Amino acid sequence: MRPAFIDPVFGAQEAFRALMDAMARPGRIQRCDVLPDLPEALAPAAAAALLALTDAETPVWTDATGEARDWIAFHTGAPLVADASKAQFLLATRAMPKLSTLDSGTDETPQDSATLIVQLDALAEGAGWRLTGPGIEHEHRLDAAGLPDDFAAQWAANRKGFPCGVDLVLCTGARLAALPRSTRIEEAG
Amino acid sequence: MNAITPRNAPENAYNFAYLDEATKRMIRRAILKAIAIPGHQIPFGAREMPLPYGWGTGGIQVTAAILGPRDVLKVIDQGADDTTNAVSIRRFFARVANVQTTTRTAEATIIQTRHRIPERPLTEGQVMVFQVPMPEPLFKLEPRLAETRRLHALGDYSLAQVKLYEDIAKQGESGSSYNHPVMVGGRYLMSPSPIPGFDNPKLHNSPALMLFGAGREKKIYAVPPYTSVESLDFEDHPFRPMRAPQHCSACGSATSYLDEIIADDQGGRIFVCSDTDHCAETQGL
Repeated sequence: MRPAFIDPVFGAQEAFRALMDAMARPGRIQRCDVLPDLPEALAPAAAAALLALTDAETPVWTDATGEARDWIAFHTGAPLVADASKAQFLLATRAMPKLSTLDSGTDETPQDSATLIVQLDALAEGAGWRLTGPGIEHEHRLDAAGLPDDFAAQWAANRKGFPCGVDLVLCTGARLAALPRSTRIEEAG
Repeated sequence: MNAITPRNAPENAYNFAYLDEATKRMIRRAILKAIAIPGHQIPFGAREMPLPYGWGTGGIQVTAAILGPRDVLKVIDQGADDTTNAVSIRRFFARVANVQTTTRTAEATIIQTRHRIPERPLTEGQVMVFQVPMPEPLFKLEPRLAETRRLHALGDYSLAQVKLYEDIAKQGESGSSYNHPVMVGGRYLMSPSPIPGFDNPKLHNSPALMLFGAGREKKIYAVPPYTSVESLDFEDHPFRPMRAPQHCSACGSATSYLDEIIADDQGGRIFVCSDTDHCAETQGL
């Protein structure tokens, strides 16, 4: 079994601050490089997010198999669920599940919605989508490669349900960016 | 006989920043959802802290969950760095997290506050943590929490508007000089915590992230950076931030928020800046 955070306290704190900054400034890329030795299928930023946020209280869904799945089960202690709609946190290492199939909370408890962590091929600032909304002064640009073709439509539907909705964390290697449900995405024209 | 430990010595008998890791994870999950839903109150399992409710247990738990070894912490109580609440919380984190503390707003990465926002404009690298006694802005109008949850879900804030209307009809202006409710992102009515109305405009489109923690009421909420925060008002009675029309007796400032202080037993009074760091900086201290 490969190790988790070398220092469980400061590793989790650093990962959380990267996530908090990412969520507070959607589309800005944060670095989180606290897991040097991981199963091959896991991106360091995505694995750090899971370790920092999940435990026995949070049902987790993932499409990871083999060593990666065992690593998540062992180090987080989270119950792994087969039904994505029952999960509070999800990690998609390949194709992401459709946003509309995930828990988006209720009008009175929108905070019960799922957080979806997606591992992508590439993530870059300064080009691609134009993001606006809370946390963004004018606009942020974010280019994410490897999402489904109809992602913009899925996101628009997710955005429309505000305050309900799924929050997204996009990861490539040790870098991550977040799209909270409040963010509007305009495709680059 | 027990060994005597110096009062400010780092404390190694507790986890970093006092809280255990499972509690921090629970608070961190709440903080991320709070940022994703600006102005919405998220319930959390507030722990007992080694100080009484009403002394900032909510703010302390939020600070403990985000604090890291590279942070520089400032704590203010009504703008002052040198009052009991501020000193004891600053000393608490110096002991249980061995973290660097400061009284300079410009140097701080985390500012925990009781009821003020510093005069110096905040920056993108800073996080404000507010201590909140009562997070529910409709509390005095609708005592049932199940009902206020429904009103927030429906975005029905007519009660607050009627209250404001009645205040204006009876006394010509809003009845709240502090804790004046705000609309966040055009969606949620939020208590800004008991900051003076003077500070309300500083919440609007701030470059800094604002986190709010209510320990006794067990709620966390947030205003992300660059988010619209409008004080509740009417078109023909726009919100007016209030300030005593005096100059600070110490630094002479005509723009900072002032405290009125009884100066002698003849009824004499002076006005001084509530923000002690800003006042010292203006005086060149």
